[in-house]
Amino acid sequence: MKQTSQHFTQNVKAALADPTLKIALNRTTGLLQRRRAQVIEEFAEYGAARAAAEKIKDHTLDNLGHYLEQFEANAAAAGATVHWARTPKEATDIVADICKAEGARTATRVKSMLGEEIGIPEALARAGVERIETDLAEHIIQLAEDPPSHIVMPAMHKTHEQVADLFREKHKVPSNSDEIAALVESARRELRPKFLDADVGISGANFLIADTGSIVTVTNEGNAELTVTPPKTHIVTVGIEKIVPSMEHCAVFLRLLSRAAIGAEITQYTTFYNGPKRTGDADGPENMHIVLVDNHRTEMLSDFLRPMLRCIRCGACMNHCPVYAAVGGHAYGAVYPGPMGSVLTPAMAGLKNSKDLPNACTLNGRCKEVCPVNIPLTDMLRSLRARQFDGKLVTPVTRSALVVWGWLVRRPGLYHLSTALAVLAMRIWSMNRGRIRRFPMAGGWTGSRDLPQPGRGTFMQQYGRRKQK
Amino acid sequence: MANPDKSKPRVGFFVTCVVDAMRPNIGFASLKVLEQAGCEVEVPRAQTCCGQAAFNSGDDASTREIAKQVITAFEPYDYVVVPSGSCASMIRSHYGELFAGDAEWEARQRAVSEKTWEVLSFLSDIMNYRPEGVYYDGVATYHDSCSGLRDLGVYEQPRAMLSAVEGLRLTPLTGNDECCGFGGTFCVKYPDISNAIVTDKAEKIAATGADTLLGGDMGCLMNMAGKLSRQGSEVKAYHTIEVLAGMAEGPAICKGEEMG
Repeated sequence: MKQTSQHFTQNVKAALADPTLKIALNRTTGLLQRRRAQVIEEFAEYGAARAAAEKIKDHTLDNLGHYLEQFEANAAAAGATVHWARTPKEATDIVADICKAEGARTATRVKSMLGEEIGIPEALARAGVERIETDLAEHIIQLAEDPPSHIVMPAMHKTHEQVADLFREKHKVPSNSDEIAALVESARRELRPKFLDADVGISGANFLIADTGSIVTVTNEGNAELTVTPPKTHIVTVGIEKIVPSMEHCAVFLRLLSRAAIGAEITQYTTFYNGPKRTGDADGPENMHIVLVDNHRTEMLSDFLRPMLRCIRCGACMNHCPVYAAVGGHAYGAVYPGPMGSVLTPAMAGLKNSKDLPNACTLNGRCKEVCPVNIPLTDMLRSLRARQFDGKLVTPVTRSALVVWGWLVRRPGLYHLSTALAVLAMRIWSMNRGRIRRFPMAGGWTGSRDLPQPGRGTFMQQYGRRKQK
Repeated sequence: MANPDKSKPRVGFFVTCVVDAMRPNIGFASLKVLEQAGCEVEVPRAQTCCGQAAFNSGDDASTREIAKQVITAFEPYDYVVVPSGSCASMIRSHYGELFAGDAEWEARQRAVSEKTWEVLSFLSDIMNYRPEGVYYDGVATYHDSCSGLRDLGVYEQPRAMLSAVEGLRLTPLTGNDECCGFGGTFCVKYPDISNAIVTDKAEKIAATGADTLLGGDMGCLMNMAGKLSRQGSEVKAYHTIEVLAGMAEGPAICKGEEMG
């Protein structure tokens, strides 16, 4: 997708002006929050599972090379071919070369944010391979030619009424009814034949299991199984941070992932794939390729962003973010929106191109609170602000304002005099109406809310007067 | 009997820059209740701002210097008490990030951070304070400001103390633990997003039917009261300590008339 995070402010204006977007976001985020809260409350071992998950991820990251090599050896022993890619280009070249070698004309695809991150859709288009998105929400946004707006529910920005109109326009045999069940049926009619005819099936992976060489997909629609089983070739593109040591460790995350993501105890389908079709297997792909992608992850290992590599892509942070709820995913202008995206985008696309993202956050901390692996998102966003400040990426006006403020507050006498004068000015300005509707240079505040009228002098002045009496 | 002055905890009161300038009543209400609760309270002149605005804007060097000033000013006291969850959390939870590797300042910082409290939790948890003979006529709803709630665990304390205020009834706020859109400098850097968030919050406040909004952070209260005022709402916003002190008779935040 096209990165527009450098135009965050314009994106926000467009998002806030869209009343349908607000309806779509309110419907979904509210529901997800309530469901998550309920299943977490019913999950007595949640705290222990969350602590264990954090520990497992930290241990795995401390020994990343070891576990990745173990995975490579075991996946190869199971018959898969493992590829290593440092950059999105290396990864998509590998995918395109496999498609070419197979003479592929069509590829079915399971929703994968890593696939979006490295640009699989664009790479397939360049290679002349027809791409068929099989996840219902991905199917919707493929028809609408929209980028994803959420990492778990990529069509969250659309209402089902909008989807009904879209299907009527694009499906061969659309449903008459606008009921959600009828829309699902319509998509099924459209997609089913394409599943069976595809030359290549492309998926991501929710987990890589080092000691078995397996990859794991977690879905609700069963489209992963139907995408990767019929075609001759299965290609997996996956970020290296998805590795866990063993099946037992993976189970800890399976208990957390769907609860955090959609407020369900478990998803409909959790599938472990261990190599391609073996002799005697009834079905399965003849070839399995696993592309392990770095794309700045090893850089993050040696940085304060390291805890971000614990992320299991559940989306709970964005579901509980007031900024995301106000502007939706597209405003962030990057593959990963919301709090986790505001950390990842600067790491992957550079801080210069995503200056607003770490700042467009109230630091309220709810994202960290709901994170199933306890990622200190707000601390990292703040540290990214410090990196911007040190790297001279803040505007001269902001920098000067901060420098003046920092200078003034370290001179208490002068500070108290200045605030006393400012308060007096505001008090005169307010003409004793209790509130201030407009104030010079305070348009950011008074554009949409009143300022209170200050009291008769600052606290420090009044306190001084009382002490003298 | 022991000398009463010696038996009383010595509290250094940190008024915060926002309360100092915008709502001194919160400061005086804090002094009154802290004294009622049995504290010896002083207000060091050398205080200004806790450094949160600089810290959250990424200016760590200035923040460090500001923090040193706060630490020096408040070292002599048994406790540092702050009428704001976010400023208290800045000193208590975040100052530690500033002095890594500087053994002397690290030790001084830790000593001050550990004795720093948000005023409502200090009164309830440390002083076991409950108001007596305090009256407030109204139905109030409560917004839990994020830093106090998540960094310092301020939730039960204000409710427990308010339940002892006669004439006051608390009614729950949907989304009481959701950010109001203030976020310090966020609200002026991204005014449109902030407005969208506080507009939602104002709707939820209106839906409670309460005539009063209470909270523990002047920044958030100013944001919500400012929005409610702009919408022409009748809801009165006060800091919880103003009610506990019996000092909520004057105009509410953003309300006019006979300003004292």
